[in-house]
Amino acid sequence: MALSVEGVSVRYGSFEAVREVDLDIADGEVLALLGPSGSGKSTLLRAIAGLEPVTGGSVRWDGDDLARVPVHRREFGLVFQDGQLFPHRDVRGNIAFGLRMHRVPKDEQARRVGALLDLVGLTGYAGRRITELSGGEAQRVALARALAPKPRLLLLDEPLSSLDASLREQLAVDLAELLRGAKITTLVVTHDQEEAFTLADRVAVLERGEVRQAGAVPSVWRGPADDTVAAFLGVTTFLDAQAADGVARSALGPVDVPEARDGAVRLGLRPTALRVAPDGVAGEVVSRVHRREHLRLVVRVPALQSTVDTVDAVAPVSADLRAGDPVHLVLDPDGVAIVG
Amino acid sequence: MALAHRVLTRRGTGLALLAVLPIGFLAVLFAWPVAAIVGRGFSGGGVATALAGGETWRLAAFTVAQAAASTLLAVLAGLPVAFLLARVRLPGVALVRTLVLIPFVLPTVVVGLAFRALWPDGGVVPIVLANAFFNVAVVARTVAGLWTHLDSRAEAAARALGASRSRAFREVTLPALAPAIGSAAAVVFLFCATSFGVVLILGGARFRTLETEIYLRTVDLLDLSGAAALSLVQLAAVVAALVAGAVARRRRETALRLRARAETARRPEGREWWVVAAGLGVVALTLTPIVALLVKSVSTPDGWSLDGYRALSGHGSSGTLAVSGWDAAIRSLRTATDATLLAMVIGVLASVLLVSLRRSPGRLARGAGEVMDAALMLPLGVSAVTVGFGYLVTLDALPGDLRTSPLLVPLAQALVIIPLVIRMVLPVLRSVDERLRQAASTLGASPARVWREIDVPLTVRAVVAAAGFGYVVALGEFGATSFLARPTSPTLPVAISSLISRPGELNNQLAYAACALLMLVTVAVVAAIDRLGTGTVGEF
Repeated sequence: MALSVEGVSVRYGSFEAVREVDLDIADGEVLALLGPSGSGKSTLLRAIAGLEPVTGGSVRWDGDDLARVPVHRREFGLVFQDGQLFPHRDVRGNIAFGLRMHRVPKDEQARRVGALLDLVGLTGYAGRRITELSGGEAQRVALARALAPKPRLLLLDEPLSSLDASLREQLAVDLAELLRGAKITTLVVTHDQEEAFTLADRVAVLERGEVRQAGAVPSVWRGPADDTVAAFLGVTTFLDAQAADGVARSALGPVDVPEARDGAVRLGLRPTALRVAPDGVAGEVVSRVHRREHLRLVVRVPALQSTVDTVDAVAPVSADLRAGDPVHLVLDPDGVAIVG
Repeated sequence: MALAHRVLTRRGTGLALLAVLPIGFLAVLFAWPVAAIVGRGFSGGGVATALAGGETWRLAAFTVAQAAASTLLAVLAGLPVAFLLARVRLPGVALVRTLVLIPFVLPTVVVGLAFRALWPDGGVVPIVLANAFFNVAVVARTVAGLWTHLDSRAEAAARALGASRSRAFREVTLPALAPAIGSAAAVVFLFCATSFGVVLILGGARFRTLETEIYLRTVDLLDLSGAAALSLVQLAAVVAALVAGAVARRRRETALRLRARAETARRPEGREWWVVAAGLGVVALTLTPIVALLVKSVSTPDGWSLDGYRALSGHGSSGTLAVSGWDAAIRSLRTATDATLLAMVIGVLASVLLVSLRRSPGRLARGAGEVMDAALMLPLGVSAVTVGFGYLVTLDALPGDLRTSPLLVPLAQALVIIPLVIRMVLPVLRSVDERLRQAASTLGASPARVWREIDVPLTVRAVVAAAGFGYVVALGEFGATSFLARPTSPTLPVAISSLISRPGELNNQLAYAACALLMLVTVAVVAAIDRLGTGTVGEF
């Protein structure tokens, strides 16, 4: 393991922001630390960077304890949510900063700055002032700056959160390609599941300072450890079912779940798990909202004899459905998770 | 834990080393002399007598009353000017920024003289007007500093909710500005309560404040215990004002989300023009005494003449001065240079110390920082005469007799400028985003390198501006200098004061000409500072 975090706690007075967290990141791997705001994920990232004193446990790199290594000798690159570019230096000066700190020769500096600007798609921006950059450009420069001294670990603190939606999506894809292509060992902190799954090989879900679940992206997405994690990962409806031969049967009909063990299972349904179809379980539309790629419905299903009798469902954007309309729903395996 | 402890200890050692110079300077050159004078007063047994006497309380009441009236006037006059500087985008606003600062850095003697040119007999009205005139700039620039960066969208929101323009100002903008107004008012009150030159020249024997009375008792009556008692009363008032100011400052520095100026300034519209007119009116009024003084410097009973300026190369009529006017001017420049260098070293070190204390994790360190922040302001509020006299009774205990050293006057002046330097440098230093420094750390910059690469470049303009500002204040310093400067080596303000206290047409002409000279240097330095484009974040 390149980075291993063992039983790390961070305490502010009597408040324990991070509680005995264990994490490992392998060489070249991208790990996303996913959690709601206030879950302690940024604090953990800052503790790993050496910016926050650790009150218990240890942070190790290739087995060496980093407790005595100050921030500037850890060789961990850090990108803040809002860039934090140096206002008194231009783009070149920002990117070359780490190179100067590491006494890289001048001509080598110029070469590296050019190469990094190419890498983040800002060729020719070297002479720009920081104030002339858009939010997305500033974030790219911040990334190039962090990558310049060839850090052994890259720490990204909500790197895309300050950008608007379309830009965020584009930049997430670019960033994922860049990290994979260059095999950069990365820890990215985010509250956005989509961002986490785009960028990371593995995710760790943090809640109230504790890791609730860690694992490969598909396994966490398909099998959240408990209801809280499931809810954070977009599950809106929980449903008990009986699985047999890879098919789970419930009040809402059958659905393929190849990974489920036979017996009682708990299904977690994301809104896309229920689609309007010509036949299936009968229900009545309660309300609807237009989304970009589908129509989001709340449907009352009499067949559900639990405490909640409404579920989230989706229909094609073209479907002309209004409150009171009768619909039929079928389960879509893509939106279904096995909880626990 | 053990490691964290060790890191903290090492940090603590660094801070302690940093603290040695400013604290040592303050202890030796401020606390000790003041304590010595106060102690002398107590041992003389006159303190109780003085405190019981009605005269003391009459003086205190007059001091507080004139300071309060002056502060009120300065705030009222300063607010429209602040609006003009902060929110108005019109040609010439930059010029107003410079002009408005001129009165504040004028030597008190010059201000006193300028008002005497308009009110030859002196009195309460010119005292209050002169004190306010002196401090309009403090209010205007402190408040404008905050107003410029205040998010105007809150006001827009209030307007959208149905508030009229004036209602939105009263209910949204004014409360947001309150910390800056409070902080400025506290500083102005301090300046007015301890104002020396102005009261001495305009008050004559009739109107005396604690400050001039301390001078009188110390120098003329040799009544040390009386002076000590008055110093105590003054100190108490000053500490109260400082505490109020510190509270206001703390709110101001933490509570607000600030914007860049470009986003908030625009062309005035509708009734805002009235405010703009009021602001311009105030600026014009503050320039009147200056113009009057300039006119006086070239007019004689026989018509226009440059006699006063020619006389600068002489010693005044019947040898009033021991040196020529030019010699005094050169002495002034030299002394102010030494004082500024001293004050910059101490003031910048103290600012670094204060900001480091605030950044440290320990509550104790932060508490110590706040106490020190307030303590470093004390020299602003203690009678310069007390300090000056304290020097004479304490400094002979030090090796190498400082009392006859040419460094004595610069040291006293430095003491006056250090608080100003700190107030200009500290807010800028504090506004450096901690995450910028952390970003530099993660890129491989050691703590010392972070200072060099981040804090220094971001603060350097404020530091240079503070140096320029300190320089002009030192140039005009009168209270302590008049007490400590030897007759054979007066500074220009001291020379001016001796010139006007002696009769003679030539002396008056020469005094006015010397004032004009002093003003010229001041204006040049202030214009240069404003060229730097700072002053938006600092407090004056």
